Parts: sequence; structure tokens; C-alpha cells
Amino acid sequence: MNNAKNKSSIIQKIDLQKIVIISVLVILFIFFSAMAPTFRKYTTIITLFGYMYYILLMAIGVTFPLITGGVDLSIGTGLVCYSIVGSYLINHQGMPIWVGILVTLLLGTAMGAFNGLVVSVLELPPFITTLCTMMIARGLGSILAGGLTGVWPVAGSQNGWVRSVFRLTLKNGTIIPIGMLWMLIIIAIMTIVLTKTRVGRYTIAIGSNKEALRLSGVRVIKWHVIAYMISGFFAGLAALAYGWTFTTITPGTGAGFELDAIGAAIIGGTSMTGGKGSIIGTFLGVLLISLLKTGLPYVGLQANWQQIITGIVLLVAVTVDMIRSKKR
Amino acid sequence: MGEVILTMKGIDKSFPGVRALDKVDLEVRKGEVLALMGENGAGKSTLMKVLTGIYSKDAGTITYEGREVTYHNPREAQADGIVIVHQELNMMGHLTVAQNIFIGREFKKGPFIDDKKMNEEAEKLFKQLNIDIDPKATMSELTVGMQQMCEIAKAISHEAKVIIFDEPSAALTEAEIERLFEIIRSLKKQQMGIVYISHRMDEIKRITDRVSVMRDGAYVGTLITEECTKDDIINMMVGRVIYEDPKTESQVPEDAPVVLKVDHLNAGRMVRDVSFELRKGEILGFAGLMGAGRTETLRAVFGADPKESGEIFLNGKKIEIKRPQDAVKAGIGYLSEDRKRYGVVLQKTITENSTLACLEEYVKGIFIDGRKERKVTKKYVDLLKTKTPGIDQLVMNLSGGNQQKVVVAKWLVNNCDILIFDEPTRGIDVGAKQEIYELMNKLVKEEGKSIIMISSEMTEILRMSDRVVVMCEGKKTGELDIAEVTQEKIMNLATMRD
Repeated sequence: MNNAKNKSSIIQKIDLQKIVIISVLVILFIFFSAMAPTFRKYTTIITLFGYMYYILLMAIGVTFPLITGGVDLSIGTGLVCYSIVGSYLINHQGMPIWVGILVTLLLGTAMGAFNGLVVSVLELPPFITTLCTMMIARGLGSILAGGLTGVWPVAGSQNGWVRSVFRLTLKNGTIIPIGMLWMLIIIAIMTIVLTKTRVGRYTIAIGSNKEALRLSGVRVIKWHVIAYMISGFFAGLAALAYGWTFTTITPGTGAGFELDAIGAAIIGGTSMTGGKGSIIGTFLGVLLISLLKTGLPYVGLQANWQQIITGIVLLVAVTVDMIRSKKR
Repeated sequence: MGEVILTMKGIDKSFPGVRALDKVDLEVRKGEVLALMGENGAGKSTLMKVLTGIYSKDAGTITYEGREVTYHNPREAQADGIVIVHQELNMMGHLTVAQNIFIGREFKKGPFIDDKKMNEEAEKLFKQLNIDIDPKATMSELTVGMQQMCEIAKAISHEAKVIIFDEPSAALTEAEIERLFEIIRSLKKQQMGIVYISHRMDEIKRITDRVSVMRDGAYVGTLITEECTKDDIINMMVGRVIYEDPKTESQVPEDAPVVLKVDHLNAGRMVRDVSFELRKGEILGFAGLMGAGRTETLRAVFGADPKESGEIFLNGKKIEIKRPQDAVKAGIGYLSEDRKRYGVVLQKTITENSTLACLEEYVKGIFIDGRKERKVTKKYVDLLKTKTPGIDQLVMNLSGGNQQKVVVAKWLVNNCDILIFDEPTRGIDVGAKQEIYELMNKLVKEEGKSIIMISSEMTEILRMSDRVVVMCEGKKTGELDIAEVTQEKIMNLATMRD
């Protein structure tokens, strides 16, 4: 029959999309470099990476709820909340740093579990559910930390090593964006989780046909919750990346971070209708969004233009997704 | 003949207000194919749902392999070796064939899923079934027929001993059906008990060993396929006594003009070259089994679905209907079988619903002319005898029959002369049915309307129609004047494949 043809066309489809993103990335890079010679400098890449880590971690996490056909809006304000609370425990409660880190990650995971339970047990729409927890997280961080700004240990101080986790400064002053290495490792691990474990398989199955999965005798609620817990846990990881990269964390901020992450995942080929998505795609999406964020100021386009251009890119990505899912 | 593997005895099942199963018996034997037949709503699917634990039974016993069993969900039945191949496929389109077959019981290598082993096992299953499907292909890329084969492979992989096929051939092509039969024959050789639900008489004769017939939720009897004729089966299926007197002759005057003529209409797989005429003051019944293409045909006429070819004449003049708006303008109203989804806006009042289709006639400047709107609504509430405390009542507070009347009012307000009733009394209780029937008769006799009525209820067709068009699988298989109609004739045409 025409199986062979089917197979090759699938491969073509996947590759085509990634090739398009990669080409756009290359074109953008060449464009920025040509327009602004200063862009090509090593320090720019360091800045670019600094912007990328927390968005990438959020995006990897949120890919899972997206593949189930849902969404997690709580990761942005959640990130700020967890990071502030974690640093507050260290700075103001005299807790050891590992407690701060652990609490940051646990808070994120707990929020994910809560979102997942509401979505899968009470069957509330994920958009509404996580919109509510997004608001809750926004207020909660400020209250828990008494309205104080969050600051993780600075370089040179006790526990100042956290500043070197993502950005290693050698004795001769060279900065090594070592965070990228961790990112690549995480991408590899999560790709395996998504494609080679039951967690990933059922995440895709939920987004593809939840009822069929239930009739196959799978405990859907459990795996649905796990998908949201992954999102929450990665928001916790992003909270650490954010706190350890930037100087201060202002309470009540973070709204909008999630949109960068979700946008990146969708640009990377994750379907809003569920069932489809990849970690590599999400990574490419984050690269694109971060490149726009850091590159546009070099060609004289300020924040407002970045928003507009990012919005247009997203619109194109979602349109492509809708057209493709309709063809099905 | 093989030994009995499964016996259902005295199965009762009631839903609020309906006795769905009434002391039904069924016996499945090893190495045989048992056909389960009956009209729409005879209780076949309900019986199978009781067997596999989707519904619980009110009374009766199920004996399987010599012991009494009660399943609480499909999973328990599956584990015991009783599986259904559903009519609607339960597939996860984004996953591969092998991933679908083994979902929920994946082979593992440490913490990882062993896709290689799953592909090999799926390959073996397909080899056993003698089908050529790539286990690594994505499910959504397969044809419906191939997807069905995958469902069968999945069923067998559960070490099934009893397999139920619920109208498996409905979506298959001729070649795929051949394939399916080959598979069923080989399953039979492996001493499995097979239940085959289908409406297609020729298939029943070809593939099954015995035929059990149900009617109106009750068990009628079982025949040996070889020893019976198609007519024997049909007689058992329709053998009910009609209590309400059927129309004996057409009420339409000989010289009544043709108001609507549909010529060689084609629209997708379910509407193949359909032609018919509707005369003034006539109730034209559309009979057929589920999936015969009746709704599809009239949706295409109404412009709700795209047409491929065919012409429509209104009062002898050719008209173009591309969208529902065109049909409404031409004076054709469509009363959907799914009233709550397509017919009325439940959260709005009777008045608002009545003028919904032609609100532009009830505006003064930019405002809605409330008085005029209320006047016309009042007129039709009285005419149709809609039971309501007032015209400001929300439609959701009305009974099913009265909701239907609001839909009728909507089209009458819109001056529609041709009304298409799709299952006019579905979900309406007996008393209200009577009223809807009277209303339809009044519309044709006193208001000069013409009605097309799609109905799956034989009694309704016999009672209301002046003429009956019978469809089967997208084709018109016959047209009968009410004077010559019998249940047997209709059922014969409704199961006639080419």
C-alpha cells in the first residue's frame, strides 16, 4: 500500500517546519549583524543567552500542558512568586540556600499539581483555571515575602556560586555561558521523556483523544495532572534561572513572561489543539523570540516594536497551525 | 456447531421513561458468527453496552464460559476476553499504529517505552490477520478502513474470545469489506464467538451462521441464516402491530402542482444522484435506516452542506441555493433533528425565537419593533396551540413538543411554504407527538404548506406520509405511494444495496 509514502511525507513535514525556523533564525542573525556590527559581539550572545534561560525553561515545561490541548498561564507570575519566596527564606529567615532552592521548586510543582487537579478532576477549562492561578500567584508572592524585593545571593558573597551556575567568569575575565550546556542537557532529557516514556506518550494521547485513552483503561487524571506538574516544576526551575541571572525580582511582576514561553512553543510547532509538539521545536521557538528581543534594539527598534513583531510572528505561527490541523 | 460460550438471559434495562431492553435473551457460540439485527432503536447497541459493562443491567443474567459474570466497565470485560469494535473509531490520531494498539499496556525496557518491541508485536498481529499495515505509520494518515483493521488487531491482542462488531462495514469500501470478511472467517476458525451487528441484508447472508432479531427492546427470535430468506428476517424485524391507524391513501389532490423538484443531486458520499418531487399540500416521508443519507440529502437541498451537482426547481423555476440564507429566502424552512443545537436558542424567549430568522422585518430604524414582534408571536402561539404561560417565557422552560412548535413558528413567521422536518418527534413524549402530528396535518391542509418529513420511525412514516421516498447508503432506492406502502416493502428498499 502507500505506507512508505505516508512515512516519508511525515518526515518531510516535520523537517520542513524546523528548517523554516532555522532559516529564519539565520536570516535574522545575518540581518542584525549587517545592520549593527556591534551585534556580532560575544557579549551580545551572553546577553541573548541570559534572556533565554528562563523563557526556555518555562517553554519546555508549558509544552506538556499545550500538548494535552490545554495551556498554563500561571507560569509567568508564578516564576516571580516562587523566586521571591525562595530568596526571602534565605535573606530574611536565615534558611540555608538549599532550602530556598527546594522551596522554589516545590512551590512551582505544587501549583502545577493544583492546576492539573482542577483541570482534570473538576474539568474546568485550562485557560480559565490557570488565568485564576496566574492572578493568585501574582498576589501571593508579594504577601509571602512581605512585599520585599527578591534578591538571590550576589557574586562574591556567601552562596554567591549561584551566580556562576549559568554564567561562569574565568580568572582571566572571560565569561562562559555555561547555562547553555545545562539547557542542552535538559532538552535532551525532556525529549526522551516526551518520546520514550509513558508520561510523554500519555500526554500526547490526552491531547489526541482523551476519551479513547480512557476507554483503553488508562488512568487519565493521573497523567493529566503530571503534565501540569511538569509545567509547574519547570516554572520553578525558571524561577531559579531568573533569580540567578538578574539582580532583583520585583514583586507583582511576571505577567507576560508566560506569553513569551507559550508563543515560543507554538512557533516551534506545538499545536494549540493538542496532540503535537516537540522539545526541539520549542527550543527553536525560544531562540527566535530571544533573538528578536535582543536583536531589535540594535537596529533601532525599541520595546514597542519588539512586541508588535513578536505578535505578528506568533500570529503567522498559529495560522499555519490552524490551517494544518484543518487539513487533517 | 460450536459449544455455547456466552449466554444472556432475561436482560432488562430501563432508562427514565423508556424500557430499553425487555427480557432479552442471546446466545453466542464458539466458532460462529451471530448476526444481531433490528430496526433503529431496537436495542442492539444497548444490549451490547450492557454486556460490556458500559451500562448496568436491571435484571437478568450473563453467563460466560460457564460462570455468571457482571462487568462494571469495558476494561473488565476486555480483560475477560469480550471486546467491541466500535462503529465510531476510538483512535489517537497523533500516535502511531503500534502505539495505539498497545496504549495503556506498553512494553517497557526499564523506564523507557520499548517502541521496537511494540512495532514487532503489532507486525505479528497484522501477519496473523494477513493485513499489510505499517505499525510505525501515524494513525491519522490511514484510511478509515485501515483504522478499523487496527481496532480489530487491538481487539485480538487482548486475547479476545468474543468479538462484537458494531456496524463495522458502515464506513468501508467494497474491497475493505471483503478484507473484513476474510478476517472474520479466520477468527471464526480460531473458535472465537463473533457478534455482527449490521443492517445490510446481503452481508448477513454471506458472513453469518445465525440471526437473532430484536424489536422495540425485546428479543424476537433466532433463525439459522442458511435456512431463512431475507423476507423471513424482515418480517421478524417489522412484525409489530401498528396501533395508530396508518394513512390508507394520499390526501393530496391529483392536480396539486409540484412545488419543489430536486434533480440528480450529488453531495459527498452520502448523497448520490438523488431526485424527488414535492407537491403542494403533501407530506413526503423520507424513510431509511440510520446513515442512509436522508439528513445529508436535505441539508444539501437547504444549502447547509455544499452540493457537487444537481438542480433544484421551486414552483417550476430553477433556483440556486448556496447557503441556508438562499433557502430561507426561497421559503424553505429546516427543522433540525437536533432541536437544542440548531433549532432554538434555549435561553431566549418565545418572541425572540419566533422572529429570529427574519428580524429585519421587525425593526423600526435601528430599534426592534417590540409591538409588531409580539403581535406576530402571539398569532402563532395561538395558531399552533403552544402551551406556555406567556410569550415572554424562556424556551428552555417549555416541553420538547412545545419547543418544536416554537421552531415551526419561527419558519411560519418567515413565510416558509416548504418545511423540512428532520425527525420531528425525536425526544418528544407520546402525548405531544400526537399534537405535532395534528399540527403537521393542519399545516398542509389549512395553511397550504408542503412538508418533507425525515423519520426513522416506521409508524410515523406510515401514519403521516402521502408518499414515501426510501433511501439506502446515499441512494434513493424507491418511492412508494402511501396506498401501496407496507413495512416490509420499506424495509426491503431500506436494506437494498444496489
